[in-house]
Amino acid sequence: MKRGDEVAMTQSTEKAVFTRPHALLPVVTNYCPGCTHGIVERLVAEVIDELGVEGKTVGISPVGCSVTSYDFFGCDMIEASHGRAPAVATGVKRSLPDRIVFAYQGDGDLASIGMAETVHAATRGENITIIFINNAIYGMTGGQMAPTSLPHQVTQTSPYGRDLETAGYPIRVCELLATLDGVAYLERVSVDTPKSVRTAKKAIRHAFKNQVDGVGYSLVEVVSTCPTNWKMTPEDAFAWMRENMLTYYPLGVYKDVQAEGFANAAEAARARAEGCPIACGEGVR
Amino acid sequence: MTRKVLMKGNEAIAEAALRAGCRHFFGYPITPQTELAAYMARKMPKLGGTYLQAESEIAAVNMLYGAAAAGVRAMTSSSSPGISLKTEGISYMAGADLPGVIVNVQRGGPGLGSIQPSQSDYFQATRAMGHGDFYLPVFAPSTVQEMADLTFTAFNVADEYRTPVVILADGMLGQMMEPVIMPEAIDPATLPPKPWATRGHEGARAHNIINSLHLDAQKLYEDNVRRFATYEQIKRDEVRVETYRTEDADIVICAFGAAARIARSAVNAARERGIKAGLLRPITLWPYPADAVKALHAKALVVVELNMGQMIEDVRLAADGAFPISFFGRCGGIIPTPDEVLDEIVRIHEAMEDEEGR
Repeated sequence: MKRGDEVAMTQSTEKAVFTRPHALLPVVTNYCPGCTHGIVERLVAEVIDELGVEGKTVGISPVGCSVTSYDFFGCDMIEASHGRAPAVATGVKRSLPDRIVFAYQGDGDLASIGMAETVHAATRGENITIIFINNAIYGMTGGQMAPTSLPHQVTQTSPYGRDLETAGYPIRVCELLATLDGVAYLERVSVDTPKSVRTAKKAIRHAFKNQVDGVGYSLVEVVSTCPTNWKMTPEDAFAWMRENMLTYYPLGVYKDVQAEGFANAAEAARARAEGCPIACGEGVR
Repeated sequence: MTRKVLMKGNEAIAEAALRAGCRHFFGYPITPQTELAAYMARKMPKLGGTYLQAESEIAAVNMLYGAAAAGVRAMTSSSSPGISLKTEGISYMAGADLPGVIVNVQRGGPGLGSIQPSQSDYFQATRAMGHGDFYLPVFAPSTVQEMADLTFTAFNVADEYRTPVVILADGMLGQMMEPVIMPEAIDPATLPPKPWATRGHEGARAHNIINSLHLDAQKLYEDNVRRFATYEQIKRDEVRVETYRTEDADIVICAFGAAARIARSAVNAARERGIKAGLLRPITLWPYPADAVKALHAKALVVVELNMGQMIEDVRLAADGAFPISFFGRCGGIIPTPDEVLDEIVRIHEAMEDEEGR
């Protein structure tokens, strides 16, 4: 076989099995080696591609490691101040109701400084999608204690471990938001194995599809790692995450009004309030 | 429609905003601006717009940020303590070049202060509406008519220069009723498009980014230099000031907003006594009408404010030693009477005569 034939044969059998999603721009990210932001952002981009909504999507990247993801996603992007992404998303969605609006937030952003915005966007039932990265630490500022840092977890600002007597308990966001009538869908996933990545993709897709279909407020919590600030190898970080994080933050669906047989969050809220005419939507007399 | 209607100042601002094409209002309750939000809550649903009571002033200003990024005309309003909470978001709006209108119906401070009228946020409005190197246009209405007109103008200025704009009113103007002719309403659909807005690229352009973060120092430097070039343009083209009986005035009062109403009465009373008094009333507090101050031929200036003396610093900067400048102010919600201001004019006049006679 001559050299030319070899090349021709290779070309004829070439088939793309893995390409960059269109909604993810061909730029270098600023994430540390072993960080899972890259995986999750890719999943978000894949979902945007599959739903064919890149051209009508507006993403919001608030303060945190992923703040510069406005450079990574191909859709229109807004950088937001620390914790305020749900309020910014509300402003966009109320102005452009037919657009797909998502916010990509970390645990300090969503569950500490932005808890009021998180809870109120959820209880208003804003038809938006929140991707919540919970890695139990403030990554961008160098590894401080987060609202989701685990009991006795050592961080830069809990050098002797998170002391429950002085720092209190970690917040379980999905469990907390599940009590709110405005919420349509909550699921906690991880991206530490090929199987979990597939589950995470399904959840993220569901959360975006809900918005497209007008089902209501959807949040996917991705239990993640921070090898750099946890001071572990990526592999050890996954092991630590599985052993500790997933015990405190069990994976699973925390609310899914569609799976419960309702068309949207409002219908589910009415059913949940059965017997209470005020809550059922008749209102006060 | 040029019918005169009797309106409260707060409601005039709201109605003028609607007529300027504002269909998105984000509020949070606080006295004495409440009627503004209540008016929006009544009117917005009927116009297909959004009235949203946010969970906090911080959330409200960030909703404004989002709506502005989406390219619509939007507004938020509050009073002094609430404006302090909004300054973070206003700084981000300035950094991201987002247009929007922020109304401050001032009350006394610091802290929770009072709920009575005040002008104690002059420094905040003109110097420190948040962290970082920036200014924003500040309009100071003095009548209910001006509350309407300047609100309408504020939306145009905000869009033209891509900047947040502040309406600095106070509890007296907000609560008082006067006849007003409303500006002609604009259909928001006819407003010029904003190609920079994040509305979804529809595959027709590269993605737009609304952002105030620059990790590269050189880029942030260049961004600020560019913004300050716009400020120079605003200083050239947007200064507004009223001068009243200043041509031959020996004593000129500098006052804005509600204080200027009292000062005007005092000027008229002084003239009746044969004292050549006048009034210089800045309508834009930033950019400050420094040239109008410099152009005065007065022998003395009196700055009258509802605070402990804030605008007087800008008057001093503008005058640059050209005139003796004194201050007369009341704060905490106390409104001086025209007679009190007149007494001050008479006192200065007598001192001047003594000086000349010596």
